[in-house]
Amino acid sequence: MTSFPWLSLIVFFPLIGAVLCLLVKVESSRWVALGFTVGNFLLSLPLWWLFDSSAATMQFVERASWINSPPVNYSLGMDGISFPLVLMTTFLMPFCVTVSWTAIEKRVQLFMSMLLVMEAAMVGVFVALDFVLFYVFWEVMLIPMYLLIGVWGGPNRLYAAIKFFLYTLAGSLLLLVAILALYFQGGHTFDILELSRGTYGASLQMWLFLAFFAAFAVKVPMFPFHTWLPDAHVEAPTAGSVILASVLLKMGTYGFLRFTLPMLPDATAAFTKPMIALSIVAIIYGAYMALAQSDIKKLIAYSSVSHMGFVTLGIFVLNIQGIEGAVMQMVNHGITTGGLFLCVGIVYERTHSRQILDNTGLAGPMPRYAIFLMIFALSSLGLPGTNSFVGEFLVLAGTFVWSQFATAFAALGVILAAAYMLWLMQRVVFGTPAPAHRAHLLDLNARETATLVPLIVLVFVLGIFPNPLLTRMHASVTNLLSGQKAPAYATAPQQPARPQPAAPMAVMSSSSSEQATAR
Amino acid sequence: MTFPLQDLLAILPELIVIGTACLILALDPILGADKKDVLAWLTLGALAMCMGLTSSHLTGHTYAFSNLVVIDSYGAFWKLLLYVVTGLTVLLSLAYLKAERLSIGEYYGFILLALVGMMVMVSGADLLTIYLGTELMSLSLYVMAGLKRTEARSLEASAKYFVLGAFSSGVLLYGISLLFGLAGSTRLSVIAEAIATQGTANPMLSLALVLLAVGFGFKLAVVPFHMWTPDVYQGAPTSVTAFMAVASKAASFGAFLRVFVEGLGGASADWSVLFTIICLATLALGNLVAIVQTSIKRMLAYSSIAHAGYALIGVVVAARHSGEGASSGFASVLLYIAVYSFMTLGAFALVGMLRKEGQESENIEDYAGLAKREPLAAFFMLVFLVSLAGIPPTAGFIGKFYIFMAAVNGGMTWLAVVAVIFAAISAFYYLRIVMVMYMREPEGAVATHSRLETSPALSFVLACAIAGVVFLGLFPNGLWSLATHAAPLLK
Repeated sequence: MTSFPWLSLIVFFPLIGAVLCLLVKVESSRWVALGFTVGNFLLSLPLWWLFDSSAATMQFVERASWINSPPVNYSLGMDGISFPLVLMTTFLMPFCVTVSWTAIEKRVQLFMSMLLVMEAAMVGVFVALDFVLFYVFWEVMLIPMYLLIGVWGGPNRLYAAIKFFLYTLAGSLLLLVAILALYFQGGHTFDILELSRGTYGASLQMWLFLAFFAAFAVKVPMFPFHTWLPDAHVEAPTAGSVILASVLLKMGTYGFLRFTLPMLPDATAAFTKPMIALSIVAIIYGAYMALAQSDIKKLIAYSSVSHMGFVTLGIFVLNIQGIEGAVMQMVNHGITTGGLFLCVGIVYERTHSRQILDNTGLAGPMPRYAIFLMIFALSSLGLPGTNSFVGEFLVLAGTFVWSQFATAFAALGVILAAAYMLWLMQRVVFGTPAPAHRAHLLDLNARETATLVPLIVLVFVLGIFPNPLLTRMHASVTNLLSGQKAPAYATAPQQPARPQPAAPMAVMSSSSSEQATAR
Repeated sequence: MTFPLQDLLAILPELIVIGTACLILALDPILGADKKDVLAWLTLGALAMCMGLTSSHLTGHTYAFSNLVVIDSYGAFWKLLLYVVTGLTVLLSLAYLKAERLSIGEYYGFILLALVGMMVMVSGADLLTIYLGTELMSLSLYVMAGLKRTEARSLEASAKYFVLGAFSSGVLLYGISLLFGLAGSTRLSVIAEAIATQGTANPMLSLALVLLAVGFGFKLAVVPFHMWTPDVYQGAPTSVTAFMAVASKAASFGAFLRVFVEGLGGASADWSVLFTIICLATLALGNLVAIVQTSIKRMLAYSSIAHAGYALIGVVVAARHSGEGASSGFASVLLYIAVYSFMTLGAFALVGMLRKEGQESENIEDYAGLAKREPLAAFFMLVFLVSLAGIPPTAGFIGKFYIFMAAVNGGMTWLAVVAVIFAAISAFYYLRIVMVMYMREPEGAVATHSRLETSPALSFVLACAIAGVVFLGLFPNGLWSLATHAAPLLK
């Protein structure tokens, strides 16, 4: 524990950059944005060592009064669930800047400024310990994201931007009413930890669950509420897609973990089955939709629906493997899908098309690119040795305890993921090159390589050594589960999940041989 | 009869404003056309003086003129708000009248006369005092709406406003006369006693309630008495529109709450049902019709109708409560109107000063590409619109937060849910402007694109409005304690 206000620092540091970006010239605004995102990552990095992984309590807590009546506090803190997400956010933001370096040509200062505002708000969401403060950060994000999609997006950007905005706003306004209802039922406080300790009547829990669900499920997005996602992803500029996929979607699942589970255990227990059903539907439906896409971004967008289905599945099986797997999967999906979107952005800058058919056979002209793309694709389909394997494996292991039947269906998603990803790779990487503009397809330049390499490194590091991250979340997840009602299977095996490090090591060789093929 | 020095001292702010208004009307013919600005500065000086005097009224509770007028913190809250918005309107008018080449000195005189009317409205303890205030305000506004004497639309607005306003005043007066018949007096306190002793079963009381609701409904511009609003707001000079949308609405809320709570509080069970229906209708119609507007002034008119609906939530909720719940409900209304004033005034200031070839850029399409031509103006507009939509970290969010809070506390969660659905809908039409400003390219030659006609006065108005919207969004404590302090005296 330290009294140094780490969390305030990483929330507000980007905002300084956001203002600065607006005041300087185009070229310098890129450097300012890069400087502040990298700076913020470096500022958040010490938390990795300062974080006490044995404690289940909130760490780096800060508290100050914000609104006197009703008592809304400016209180920040971090536990094992928010910790990986904060680091992932600060880690990814510099790449959002670098990938936009030349891709964004108009109103660069505003763009960079909006990215930095997004970063501040996203970190704020993950570290807020006051429900109103959380809501403020949650909503603040809407306007910059709306502008990111609407100003710098693709041809159909206006429609996508407003759809994104209204879906999210409608959901989150219901959350606001739920927050207020909770305030009056939960001892007149907005403090998340105190609200989590309270007990609420069954019918109130049901209503609150539905209101929370409206906000979080739209954000995740869970199956019937996912329709904004493909539009937003396709139209958003690359950096916007990366932020959407890597961080924004996690806020929904984070909301389930931070609010729904601890505050509404009875309703959670009651809704377990429908939630798991929706998750499995999302896994399979998303994968099938991904198979049918001809637009690369749309394909990845639907694969996100499928992958996020694993996260919600892991959360609602309510056991330690499931939830740790879900958090792992949140981080992994952030890295892998972020990487995939970065790759698509890079090729789009060259071919100005996101259609698979316009981007075939890239292995020839762009060999280095093809390798990177292949690694992200293999990670996305959950190849052992890569990060996604750990998360999905844990989720499936957790689900297996709950119901083998459900596991069988969820595992189908993994198989389908292999199908759509490999098919995509077959066409994009190995297909016959499209005749047009093949000659001037340049391979990755230094900036682009620098954008992708750190992500590739993390793909393998998290795939082979997930334990440092898992130990940091373990105490918090155990603590979270201790408040849950006994789930359907009364004899839950509660041994700590330690995914066998040996197995991924063994398959390392096979994954490197995959790279060889890619080359 | 003794000289009522005590009484006159109590209404010193009103006297100062009236005196200044007369002085302006007298000076106007003497001053040359290029020196009319002096009148504006005179107005601001008078407002500053009143500001100081009224601040001292924030504590205490005294009656003047044998209970016709009450000087209390509730009235002081509204008056302070009115001074601020009047001052900003005057500054905006400095810029606006110049741009419109309207050189009319009595304009400032009418603003001050309207202000006196509003001040009387919020500090009247007698229905007739309040009625007089309402009339003084309305008559001044009728004139101001028609100030663009060469423009048919402005004259139409004035005429329409006058006819409907006169009609509503008649209805209001009819309601007052029924209450007089019931209680034998038009004093609010006597009426309250009469209701307490006679009960609420009397059909005459119900009729009076309905008539008063209609009368005030016109002034508040709530559905179904809103018909005049879009036309008048669109036709009137924009500085006057801003004044009507903000000051006149604030004063009407001030008078409305005082009459219905202090005078008719005993019948709150009856009128709260009435206003629940009005509130729902206002939210629905205001927000839905705003979507299809192509003129930004009309859109803002419907938006101001919708915002009255949100404020009514606080009224309805507070009416069903006593004690702490009621006072926090009313305080949320006070806070909401104060917050609404800043964002609406800011938006109208921009609308009035964005010009295309000397004309106001009233069409939403004229805002295309504004973010590129006028980045700062577009950003300010963005902040005002975001605040109107109620998205944090702006004051609009704080306003809605307290209103919804009051609703949930008052056991009317369903009303809060309905309101948030309409808030989501409202985001659509506010964001449409953002979309046009930031994401659309203008058509036609560059010379015909709208630009902001800047001036120091306008910059000051915008800076104040932005500061109000952002500051109150981040640090609402001061305003909330002011509002809670002012509200409990309503009993």
